[in-house]
Amino acid sequence: MVTQNQTNNSAPSEESIIRITNMHKWYGDFHVLKDINLDVKKGERIVICGPSGSGKSTMIRCINRLEEHQKGIIEVNGIQLTNDLKNIEKVRAEVGMVFQHFNLFPHLTIVENLTLGPIWVRKMPKKEAEELAMHYLEIVHIPEQAQKYPGQISGGQQQRVAIARSLCMKPEIMLFDEPTSALDPEMIKEVLDVMIELAEGGMTMLVVTHEMGFAKTVAHRVVFMDFGEIVETNEPYAFFDNPQHERTQLFLSQIL
Amino acid sequence: MTEANVTTESGDDLKPPISQTGIIGWARHNLFNGWFNSVLTILILVAAWQLIPPIINWVFIDSVWNTTGAACQEVKGACWSVIPANLRLVVFGFYPAELQWRPLLAMIMLISLLLYSKNRNNWGKRLLIIWLFGLFLMGVLMRGGMFGLEPVESAKWSGLPLTLMLSFFGMVAAYPLGVVLALGRRSNLMGIRSLCVVYIEMIRGVPLISLLFMSSIMFPLFLPKDLNIDKILRAQVAIIIFAAAYIAEVVRGGLQAIDKGQYEAAESIGLNYYQTMRLVILPQALKIVIPPTVGILISTFKDTSLVVIIALYDMLNTSKSVLSNPEWMGSSSEVYIFVALIYFVFCYLMSSYSRRLEEELEYKTTD
Repeated sequence: MVTQNQTNNSAPSEESIIRITNMHKWYGDFHVLKDINLDVKKGERIVICGPSGSGKSTMIRCINRLEEHQKGIIEVNGIQLTNDLKNIEKVRAEVGMVFQHFNLFPHLTIVENLTLGPIWVRKMPKKEAEELAMHYLEIVHIPEQAQKYPGQISGGQQQRVAIARSLCMKPEIMLFDEPTSALDPEMIKEVLDVMIELAEGGMTMLVVTHEMGFAKTVAHRVVFMDFGEIVETNEPYAFFDNPQHERTQLFLSQIL
Repeated sequence: MTEANVTTESGDDLKPPISQTGIIGWARHNLFNGWFNSVLTILILVAAWQLIPPIINWVFIDSVWNTTGAACQEVKGACWSVIPANLRLVVFGFYPAELQWRPLLAMIMLISLLLYSKNRNNWGKRLLIIWLFGLFLMGVLMRGGMFGLEPVESAKWSGLPLTLMLSFFGMVAAYPLGVVLALGRRSNLMGIRSLCVVYIEMIRGVPLISLLFMSSIMFPLFLPKDLNIDKILRAQVAIIIFAAAYIAEVVRGGLQAIDKGQYEAAESIGLNYYQTMRLVILPQALKIVIPPTVGILISTFKDTSLVVIIALYDMLNTSKSVLSNPEWMGSSSEVYIFVALIYFVFCYLMSSYSRRLEEELEYKTTD
């Protein structure tokens, strides 16, 4: 799909941007995340994989507090996530999120979807916000769809709009929660291509995905999760060619 | 290489068989497909033959339109004369006759403001200012006592202006209150949630009549002696809190229909609770519940006629007082039909406007 090692040369900096330490989460009595430790450097790209129900989506949703963790520390860009609403809003404005089902606002046009955050959160004048929106629509290659409604464009285009919507907030970090899982096969590439371009720009990215080709070419590290734990973390080639843990081996044998 | 099987020439379009189209085809398809439907069709035709001519006779042919009450006693058909002869009383009630241009002007203002507000392009801050100014003018017109207008006490406000006032303010105030209650009922804060649940369930659990009675008889008992709150205002408040409880439940239904992903997307771009609700959730939720909401607004409009029981003279009550005049006794059908027509016109306008609004707000899903 993409030339290998195309994007792996931009090395992350030494500075940590996300620090998750001994984090636990429960749904009622069910222990979904167990003792998660993850340190993400600025500019680093991490792919998180694992069987369904392993807690990978829940983990990245904890990073912008769509899910609350019960124990441990999550620090994003120096801000610790607690119940303090002010901190949560600050973190959310700096962390972009792309969902499996796009979650565009169906009652607003594409450009209105994009300007909502800049206008209301960043207090940007409407005109300037629209210019910003058009800029990012060009980055995701669909400026001509600006005046349409989400229901009028294809799934792949919707997901690219969703990426642009997050980018309009000029986030430091982008979280992707299975961004291509709800797409028809012929639309997966256009979304992955946009994500690769984003990676080339040096964005810090955490991507939950089953696209192993993407993991190999784009990721600095691959994290494998199972039963709510991080089982193995390694560089992509070592991860795929020489998995250490037997659960990783089992998972890879099932999907490859 | 094998040849692909592709049609190269397009087939000629044929007309469908004649027995399937036109009036005959339609009737066969819809009225006489099977013995049961055929029998039903014939029965209905017979019933219509029996009923419609007498109705037409009564309404148009045997009726009189412009006579005295006495002349009406001789007539077999409808005595429509009762309407023009008593129009003033039905429409304006006991408002002083020489001043009735004032409620008339106020009603014209209200209706033209409503018509102006129909167009969504006019919605904005300017419209709000126009409305506030208009409402102030209408209040001055009804009440007087300013700009050299003779004061008219509210006990004399009656007829159509009272009906419009009770229902218009009832709807306009109940709607936002209902939305707030619906949001409150879904709040994470225990105190707010239980307060809203108690309010909604309590108000929905009693008939409007009992609320009106409470407002008119019980409520004043709790007030200090010299504090006298206007009776119309008390009835107005009763109508508002009643309608709000119903609207709240309808809006809650709309809120529940919104996908969780919409909240998450709004939160993930950093919108706070109020922004999320105002910009993302409510516009979608309120649109979904337009049909049931309009149902409630229409029934609120008609329910204002219940103020009869606390001796307010809305349009239904003023028309009843026409019938107590011996000259026009026996013309009750005509008067009630007239009043029903007025109610129907307003309700139908609301309903057709809501359908138009729904179409305008429909999300585009194709090009």
